[in-house]
Amino acid sequence: MHWVHASAFVVLLGSGLCLYLPSLAEAVGRRPLLKDIHIYTALAWASALVAVVVLGDKRALLRTARELDEVTEDSRLNKGQKINAILTAAFAVLFSVTGFLLWYGERDTRFRFASTLLVHDWLMYVSFILFVGHLFLAVIYPKTRHSLNGITRGWVDTDWALANHRTWAETELRLSEEAAGNVPRR
Amino acid sequence: MDEPRRYGRGAFLVVVAGGLSSLAWATKASNVFSPLTSSFSQLVGNLFPIGGWRIYTISGSMPDFNPKVWRLEIGGLVEKPVSLDYAALQALPRAEQISTFHCVTGWTVNNVHWAGVRFKHLFELVQPLPTAKAIRFDSLEIPYNDSLTVQQALLPEVMLAYEMDGAPLSRPHGSPARVVIPEMYGYKGVKWLTKMEFVPEQPTGYWEGLGYDQNAWVGRSNGYSS
Repeated sequence: MHWVHASAFVVLLGSGLCLYLPSLAEAVGRRPLLKDIHIYTALAWASALVAVVVLGDKRALLRTARELDEVTEDSRLNKGQKINAILTAAFAVLFSVTGFLLWYGERDTRFRFASTLLVHDWLMYVSFILFVGHLFLAVIYPKTRHSLNGITRGWVDTDWALANHRTWAETELRLSEEAAGNVPRR
Repeated sequence: MDEPRRYGRGAFLVVVAGGLSSLAWATKASNVFSPLTSSFSQLVGNLFPIGGWRIYTISGSMPDFNPKVWRLEIGGLVEKPVSLDYAALQALPRAEQISTFHCVTGWTVNNVHWAGVRFKHLFELVQPLPTAKAIRFDSLEIPYNDSLTVQQALLPEVMLAYEMDGAPLSRPHGSPARVVIPEMYGYKGVKWLTKMEFVPEQPTGYWEGLGYDQNAWVGRSNGYSS
């Protein structure tokens, strides 16, 4: 889910900026091609998300959804990560609706609203800021960048987890101890 | 043990609902903030077009203006067809105006300072025949073209502009000359103009061929009603 969304976001952002910013539009040109890339990437993104939900590990997805629901609790994800995920999910819905209206509004003027482009633009600005902040914390900021291991390799150091996600790390340690038979199951 | 507080779902729904409802109020909010965003846009030029311009092309690349070879051909149903070079165009009586630019996709740029030539002076030059009812404008960006009726071209704020905001038209804005008709949406303002042809009836332009309105009055066409 994360990588489908991330890769599509980068392509959509790049192609969208080339359509949107005059300086890039002039430098890159090829507007019809970029428009096709933008639209077909959006379709592929939506299809891939549906495929992940339908064909993927539904229990893991539900577990993550429940975790996000408890947004004020620190767990495997901290509060900032949860807020980012919730906003990203909400923005995905809004990008889809406004993107569809932009596309369909060109074909049927009854569906062309003055605010559609504005909302699509504003979503892009806020998403871009979130994206930059997310990258900074995941790749550069020393205290948090180790979490990149979690999303790329599926593990993090025990000491780092205990220092930054204590409740979750202690629960995971206890469960692994129980699984190994070192402590009685509760 | 306390039940964990579940705010995530609610927060998600609030953001989605707020975003969807903004389709109804975003334009009004944008108008409130437009003095701020327009100033910001002017500060950073064309990098971040907040409250400013968005550039559209249909062919994938913007035409280049070469003053040595560029000509504006004016012909069709006229007594005296002419071929103007850039200097000859600039030598015609100059007009200036400050007007608002509206795009059919929903964005607006206020207080655009245009300079150029009124169509009445071009009319005096070529002397249209009585049978000429419309003018077809051809762009260097092939196959873009559009048209105005003779009456529309003679409206008070309609001009053939060669300057914008105190400088020669830039390439993204249609250098060296473009049609400006503030009363209509921007797609009627043909950029990178190279030919004007007086014709007996108004032809279907590029966007009209794709379902857009021939008479693109701001707020009264293309699905908009004021």
